[in-house]
Amino acid sequence: MSLLFAILFYAATLILAGGVAYRIYDYARTPAPLKIPTTPAPTTTGGVAFRMFREVVFFESLFKSNLWIWALGWLFHVGLALVLLRHLRYFTEPVNFIIAFIQPFGMYAGFAMAAGLAGLWARRFLVERIRYISTPSDHLMLALLLGIAVTGLLMKFVMHTDIVAVKTFFLGLMVFEINPLPAHPGLYLHLGMVVLLMIIFPVSKLLHAPGVFFSPTRNQVDNPRETRHLAPWAAKFEAKN
Amino acid sequence: MADENTPVAVAPAPTPAAANAPAKPTVKVKIEAPAFREYPTIPALRADAMIDPDPYAATAAHNEAMGFPGTLVDGWEQKAVAKMGELLGKYRSLKVYMDACVHCGACTDKCHYFIGTGNPKNMPVARQDLMRSVYRRYYTLPGKLFPKLVGARDMTKDVLDDWFRYYNQCSECRRCSVFCPYGIDTAEVTMAAKEIMHSIGVGHKYVNEIIGKVHKIGNNLGLPGPALENTLEGLEEDVLEDTGAAVKYPLDVKGAEVLLVTPSADFFAEPHVDSLIGYGKVFHAAGISWTLSSKASEAGNFGMFIGNYEQMQKIAMRVREAALELGVKRIVVGECGHAWRVAYAFWNTLTGIGAGANDPFAIQLQKQLDPNYKQPSHICEVTWDLIQAGRLKFNKEANDHRIVTFHDSCNVARGSRMGDYAGGQFEIPRNIIKAVANHYVEMSPDTTHERTFCCGGGGGLLTDELLDLRVKGALPRMEALNRIVQHDGVNFMATICAICKAQFTKVLPYYGFKMSMVGGVHQLVSTAIVLDNEQ
Repeated sequence: MSLLFAILFYAATLILAGGVAYRIYDYARTPAPLKIPTTPAPTTTGGVAFRMFREVVFFESLFKSNLWIWALGWLFHVGLALVLLRHLRYFTEPVNFIIAFIQPFGMYAGFAMAAGLAGLWARRFLVERIRYISTPSDHLMLALLLGIAVTGLLMKFVMHTDIVAVKTFFLGLMVFEINPLPAHPGLYLHLGMVVLLMIIFPVSKLLHAPGVFFSPTRNQVDNPRETRHLAPWAAKFEAKN
Repeated sequence: MADENTPVAVAPAPTPAAANAPAKPTVKVKIEAPAFREYPTIPALRADAMIDPDPYAATAAHNEAMGFPGTLVDGWEQKAVAKMGELLGKYRSLKVYMDACVHCGACTDKCHYFIGTGNPKNMPVARQDLMRSVYRRYYTLPGKLFPKLVGARDMTKDVLDDWFRYYNQCSECRRCSVFCPYGIDTAEVTMAAKEIMHSIGVGHKYVNEIIGKVHKIGNNLGLPGPALENTLEGLEEDVLEDTGAAVKYPLDVKGAEVLLVTPSADFFAEPHVDSLIGYGKVFHAAGISWTLSSKASEAGNFGMFIGNYEQMQKIAMRVREAALELGVKRIVVGECGHAWRVAYAFWNTLTGIGAGANDPFAIQLQKQLDPNYKQPSHICEVTWDLIQAGRLKFNKEANDHRIVTFHDSCNVARGSRMGDYAGGQFEIPRNIIKAVANHYVEMSPDTTHERTFCCGGGGGLLTDELLDLRVKGALPRMEALNRIVQHDGVNFMATICAICKAQFTKVLPYYGFKMSMVGGVHQLVSTAIVLDNEQ
C-alpha cells in the first residue's frame, strides 16, 4: 500500500504540475487580438494588478453578483487555503514559524471549508437555475472536495492516524525513499481522493484558478487610444490594405 | 349572471407567446409586454418559453458577398469543430472562457433576455454551455472519454439550431461579464459562435444585409451620397428657420478640422436626427470646421456583432480612408453605442486611428491627426471639453418642460471609456445633461452605470422578426424607468446610442409610454444651446 501511494503521488504530482504548466503556457501563447477589458477598467498596469488582487483575494465580482454564492465560495476557498498551508507542516522539517502559527486556524478552517462546500452543493439542488446548469461532474467535484475535507476532519478529531508516520512517509517521498504509510482506512480514502483531485485538475473546471489571471476582461489595461495593441496574426492583414 | 357552463372569455395568462406555433414568418404572433413586477424577482425557469419566429437566415447571396459559403456546407459538423479549434488558437478570451467556468450560477439572473423570457437557455452560463458542451466533446479529455459526465455533446443539427436561435438572442451587452468571478464575457462566446456559423454558411439575414449595404453604399441604411447631401441641405434650412443661425452640415469638405462619423440613422430617423442637429450647433458655436463623409457615412460596425475580425477591419478601414482623403486633424464619433466601442477600443488596433504605434501603417495616419486631442474622440468628450472651456452658452430653461433621466448604453458603459479616468463614460454624458437641463433624475443604481441593462435591441437583433424578444428583453429597463416616471414624473430618457433610440421608440408603447420619451443627449444640447447669431 505504501508503494502504491508513493507511485500514485509521484504520478499525480507530475500530472498536476505538468498539466497546469502546459495550460498556463497555452493560455499565455494564445493572443488576445483586441482590447476587451470590462469597463470601467484601470488605465495603468498597477491598477490592473490591484483589480486582479481584489478579484482573486476577495472575489470582488462575485460579491457584486450574489452574496450567497460569494459567502459560501469565499468560506470554502479561504478555508481551503488555510488548510493547505497548515498541511505544509507534513512536508517540511523544521516547520516554518508562520506555518506553526496558523495550525489552530487551519484546524477550524477545515470546518469552514466543509460548510462552504456543503452550502454550495445544497444550492445545486435547491436553486432551480443552478440545478439546471449543473452537470454530473459538478456534483462529483463537490463530493470529492467534501470527501477530502470530511475524512481529514475525521482523522483530526475522531479516528486519529499515526500522523508522525504520515509525515515520515511524505518527507521520504521528497528524497525518493518509501517509508511505511499507516494502515488506516480514513487515511487511504483521504489520500486517494487528493490524488484523484490532483489528476483531474488540469483537465477540469478547476482550471479557473490559473484561468482568472489570463481573462482579458480582467487583466487588460484600458488604454486602447494611447497604445496600439496588435496580435501577430492580425498584423498580417495590414499588408493587404 | 353567466351560466356556469357558458364558456367565458378568459384573459390570456401572461405566458410567452405561442410556444408551439410553427416557426414560420407567416405566423402572426400577438406581442405583449410582460407585466411590471412590483418587486423585481428572478423569474422561474420556463423551458418552453420560445421567441417566435426564430431569427431569419441570411440568403446565400448575402453570405457569399461577405466571403462566406452561401448555404450549409457538406461536412459542416467537422468544419464547425475545426473552425472552433482555429478560434481557440486565435482568441485567448475564448480559450480561457471555455475552461474556466465552474457553473457557480452568479450570472444566471443577470441577462435581460432571461429576465424577460424566463427561458433557461438565456441564462449567460447556459448560453455559453451551448458552445462549451461541444468544446468539451472535441477538445478536452474528459469530454472525449465521458461525455455524459461533463455535459459534452456532439456537434449535431439540434445543437446548430440551438446555436442559431440562442446566439441570436444575445445582444453582446457584457452585463454578465461584470458579475462573473472570472470575467467570462458571453459576448465573446456569442461572437465566436457566429463566426463559426458563418464559416459553414449560416448567417442572420438582418445583420448580413446591413453589412452588404455598408460595403456597397457606405452606410447601414443604404443612403446614397446624393440623398445624404439633400438631407443635410434640408437640415440647414430647418435650423436656419428655427434659430436664425446659418449652421452648416457639411459633406466631404477637404481640409476641415473634424471628421464626424455618426450612425446613419442620425441622418433621417427620429429622434436620432435631433442629435445630429445638436452636433452641428456645437461645432458652429465653437467655431470648429467639420465635415461628414459620404464614404464613411456610418459609424456603426456590424462586423463586431458577428465576431469577424476581417469584416470589422474592412468596415473600420472606410473611416481611415476618408480621414486620409479629407486631410482632417480630428476624428469624432457621434452618439452610437457599439460604434463607440469599436472606435474607442478597436480602431487603433484595426486601422491605426489612435496613438502610441511604431509601425509604418499607423504612423502614416498619426502624422496627420492632431496629437493634442484624443483620437478618436466621442462627441460627448468634445462637447464637455467645450463646456468646461466656457465656449458654449446655454439657456437651460429651454429644457424645463423635460424631466430627464439617462440610460447608459451597454457598449459605452462596459466596453469603452470617455475622458481621462475610468468611469468617464458615465460622468461626461450626465455632466452635459446637467449643464443643459434643470431637471435630472437617476434610475435605480442596479440598472445604471456598469450595471446598466441593454435596451433589448443591441448586438444585431434590432429586426422586426425578433420584436417579441426585444419587447421582453426591455423589461428590466422599462421597470426602472416606470419607477421614476411614477415617482418623479420623468418624461425624457436620454441616451447616446442609435440602436437604443430605435429600440426604445419601438418598444416604449408596448409598456404604455410615449415613443417620444426617448432621445439623444445632443438633442437636449440642441434645445438649450445659444447661438451667437441667433435673432
